[in-house]
Amino acid sequence: MSTPGANSYWAANIKLVISLLSIWFLVSFVCGILLVDVLDTIRLKGFKLGFWIAQQGSILTFIALILVYIRAMDKLDSQYKQSSNSDSRDTKGEAE
Amino acid sequence: MSVQVWTYLFVFLSFGLYIGIAIWSRAGSTKEFYVAGGGVHPVANGMATAADWMSAASFISMTGLISFLGRDGTFYLMGWTGGYVLLALLLAPYLRKFGKFTVPDFIGDRYYSQTARLVAVFCAIVISFIYVCGQMQGAGIVFSRFLEVDVTTGVIIGMAIVFFYAVLGGMKGITYTQVAQYCVLIFAFMVPAIFISIMMTGQVIPQIGFGSELVDGSGYLLDRLDGLSQELGFATYTEGQRSTQDVFFITAALMFGTAGLPHVIIRFFTVPNVRDARRSAGYAMIFIAILYTTAPTVAAFARTNLINSVSNAEYSAMPDWFGKWETTNLISFDDKNNDGKIQYLGDAERNELTVSADIMVMANPEIAGLPNWVIALVTAGALAAALSTAAGLLLVISTSVAHDMLKRTFRPSITEKQELLAARISILIAVLIAGYVGMNPPAYVAQVVAFAFGLAAASFFPAIVLGIFQKKMNRQGAISGMVAGFIFTASYIIYFKLINPEASTADNWLFGISPEGIGTLGTIINVGFACTIAKFTPDPPDDVQELVENIRLPGEV
Repeated sequence: MSTPGANSYWAANIKLVISLLSIWFLVSFVCGILLVDVLDTIRLKGFKLGFWIAQQGSILTFIALILVYIRAMDKLDSQYKQSSNSDSRDTKGEAE
Repeated sequence: MSVQVWTYLFVFLSFGLYIGIAIWSRAGSTKEFYVAGGGVHPVANGMATAADWMSAASFISMTGLISFLGRDGTFYLMGWTGGYVLLALLLAPYLRKFGKFTVPDFIGDRYYSQTARLVAVFCAIVISFIYVCGQMQGAGIVFSRFLEVDVTTGVIIGMAIVFFYAVLGGMKGITYTQVAQYCVLIFAFMVPAIFISIMMTGQVIPQIGFGSELVDGSGYLLDRLDGLSQELGFATYTEGQRSTQDVFFITAALMFGTAGLPHVIIRFFTVPNVRDARRSAGYAMIFIAILYTTAPTVAAFARTNLINSVSNAEYSAMPDWFGKWETTNLISFDDKNNDGKIQYLGDAERNELTVSADIMVMANPEIAGLPNWVIALVTAGALAAALSTAAGLLLVISTSVAHDMLKRTFRPSITEKQELLAARISILIAVLIAGYVGMNPPAYVAQVVAFAFGLAAASFFPAIVLGIFQKKMNRQGAISGMVAGFIFTASYIIYFKLINPEASTADNWLFGISPEGIGTLGTIINVGFACTIAKFTPDPPDDVQELVENIRLPGEV
């Protein structure tokens, strides 16, 4: 089961998930909650920035994160497929 | 046409549609009953997930709560959407790859233990049950307004309708009715929002109107609302009142809870493959975000409107809507100083008007004086939201009983037909109990629902994530984690909400965390127990470790 292709697929997956979740945490918890009062000193027309991130911007970021994930995983899946196809002939075909 | 006629028209048309769909798509096999046959298109599943998950609480109560909480209401917005990121990245694809029917299926197989399965069944039933009570109460409120009957009668009507199509269609019927319900509810939510935005700020898109200047020349909407709030002694709208750590914990509890809710998770069992599970989570997120970015705008518009309409107004000169909502006890006026005017103030001693958060969405179009058909539309939308979620939850309860308890545990020999019958009977029992609790509710709809999130966060979320990402997690760890997390969270909530509600103040809370946010600590306790105990007990057997490796790889290979 644990072919080199599978291992690197899983490692790439973990790396992707960790980087996306770091943004998730940064935008929602850090900007939307912990630093909200600091960011509120910046104004964008009718909004205080912190308030806007908390009630609007964070949700838009969440959409973007999932869309990036879908694209990146599709790419990773096809790389994995190629590598596991060549794996069956020789073990060198590991993705990247 | 009057509001009443429009309301009847919309409600009957939409119900006719749901029942039509339910009859067209009734389930013949257990696979259809549990996972709609497993062939749902990702867009349809995205809509169904959105409707499944946007409940009466999202539609009716959340906007109202944000209206009264101001910036603190953010935890509902971020909490209920941010959890989707976790669901999409950490759970949905792997559970689809695993490819069974229920969450207890996964827990039972992954942790090679009937005890684990039963603990999961217990958690699933309790969580779904609390949640369904909130939906029943929500449907009751809507019906009582629409038919002008009391809440109890409203709950009974709601029970009867949900029962009908959940029993008939199972997951297949529920999925396609939910697609229709999503369209109804999002239309019903957006139309009044757009109307009010145009009326108050001249902007068609509410999200832009939210940050725009009011047409009456009194400056930016949010500044005006802050000003009005201060004048009347309410908290400033765009500033927080709750402690930062409490907001942090509540947000996290709602996020982990969203990702751990069994009725949302099982929706990802219905798509054909892993790739579609990921896509469908993306669609669901977009469909949900349409409502969730609009809700805070409506909250601000509605609050400004309410203050402008009632503050210092003659009670005798109040328009129709005021009297109508008074009969449902959701708004009440007590003329303390006998001047015949409504004093709506932050100071509890002198305040004369009590407004339930639940009516802010329902009454908002009337307060704003929107056309009759728009007012009627909201009723249909709120019912769609309540009924779609209730149906999804009832399905979880029935699969837990029929599939996980009977078929997989106590009576493996029952035939498919008997299993279907058991599933249908358990829906009946669940509806009856939920209806009873819905008539005697402990708190606002959204608050009741918030407890279900805490429990889901403290039980399922860690068990599933560890099951996927921690190959060495074993049954001893997982079971003790779930039990510890669940008991801790449930006791904290029961103590502060039922046994000793007077003590529920920030001073008495553990680390200043309110019962709504305690699920986060429950999650941490769950993970702590699971990892510690797994260290000192034997690794899971090889075939289980292989199962974990297998669900990590893309499905098509």
